[in-house]
Amino acid sequence: MIRIHTTGLVVAALLAASPLLAEAPQVNLQIKTRAFEPAQVHVPAGIKIRLVIHNADSAPAEFESYDLSREVVVPGGGDSVVYIGPLDAGSYKFFNDFYPASTGTVIAAPASTLSPPHD
Amino acid sequence: MLATALIVFREILEAALVISIVAAATRGVAGRARLLVAGVSAGIAGAVLVALFAGEIASLASGSGQALFNAAVLSAAVLLIGWHVLWMSQHGREMVQALNVVGSAVRDGSKPPSALAAVVAIAVLREGSEIVLFVYGLAAGGTNAAALIGGGLLGLIGGGIVGWALYFGLLRIPPSRMFSATNWILLLVAAGMAAQAGQFLVQADWLPALGNQIWNTSRVIADRSALGHLLHALVGYQARPSGIQVLLFVATLAVIGGASWRLQRSAGTRRAPAPPVSAA
Repeated sequence: MIRIHTTGLVVAALLAASPLLAEAPQVNLQIKTRAFEPAQVHVPAGIKIRLVIHNADSAPAEFESYDLSREVVVPGGGDSVVYIGPLDAGSYKFFNDFYPASTGTVIAAPASTLSPPHD
Repeated sequence: MLATALIVFREILEAALVISIVAAATRGVAGRARLLVAGVSAGIAGAVLVALFAGEIASLASGSGQALFNAAVLSAAVLLIGWHVLWMSQHGREMVQALNVVGSAVRDGSKPPSALAAVVAIAVLREGSEIVLFVYGLAAGGTNAAALIGGGLLGLIGGGIVGWALYFGLLRIPPSRMFSATNWILLLVAAGMAAQAGQFLVQADWLPALGNQIWNTSRVIADRSALGHLLHALVGYQARPSGIQVLLFVATLAVIGGASWRLQRSAGTRRAPAPPVSAA
């Protein structure tokens, strides 16, 4: 089923300039012994996020998400950055394309309902 | 081993589709085999280099290096395809005449630019570098060599078969329509690449998304389905495209397609008498 979103091209184009100027908050994700840590990444909905993925393994990984339309190689021992959002509240699956058994979820929730970070 | 084969197959497939389209689009051109071999070889060499320097590339532009690299390489491919399509719009008729004479090749002086060799190189470089990184990761992770080589070969053969199938399918197009057909396909491929380049720039926060998800066709053709992968490889299909992807796809079609149409029209009016429409 085709769903046309209310945010049309024109409206989006007008709004697009402002978020580009704002500094996006950073969220960290790690790949360790082929697993994502944390496997559930909590982010605020409605704002752009700078997601920093660190690969603690020596094997290269590829962070990929159909739900988020993102893919990026994360070299062994290296970092890669992807900007995501602004997201609607909900969950978005991602996986390691080089090791598809390793998966995780980005959970976007309105900022007020987010539990404080625990790391 | 099957998991390895599947991942290698998917990457090979994307490159194989581009190679077979280019092979069809340069049918009858003198030195076509050399052009394709040069493109593939340069692509493999580039893939190894890109894989070797993956760490350095990733760390460029404060962590967005991968995305920017992909966007740059895809944009280059779009320009090269555009160049070829426009060249063909002017010289297509001579090419068709040459094709009609069995076994004849297009003479020097009316050879299409070797831009398409570079397009092949770029496709092989992009997909190849992922294969190198993936296989390296498996080897480093202790996967045994037999499973690795077996899976890799299986994926390579599978991707090759699909590429050949597309090529032979394209060959069934009658010579008089061959180049206009491959021009259309190349135009769609370029539009898809432009859309993907745009998405990488959004990922790096260099371009606004203009709406994260303009529509959602994942229930019709899922990204992870076989058809979804095939369409992604050919025309940059995504079930949930962003606004900038849709915009760049349409803009590329309009700019290259429009320029090609104008060139064809002026090439047509220079000649008299005007050829019948059916032969175009």
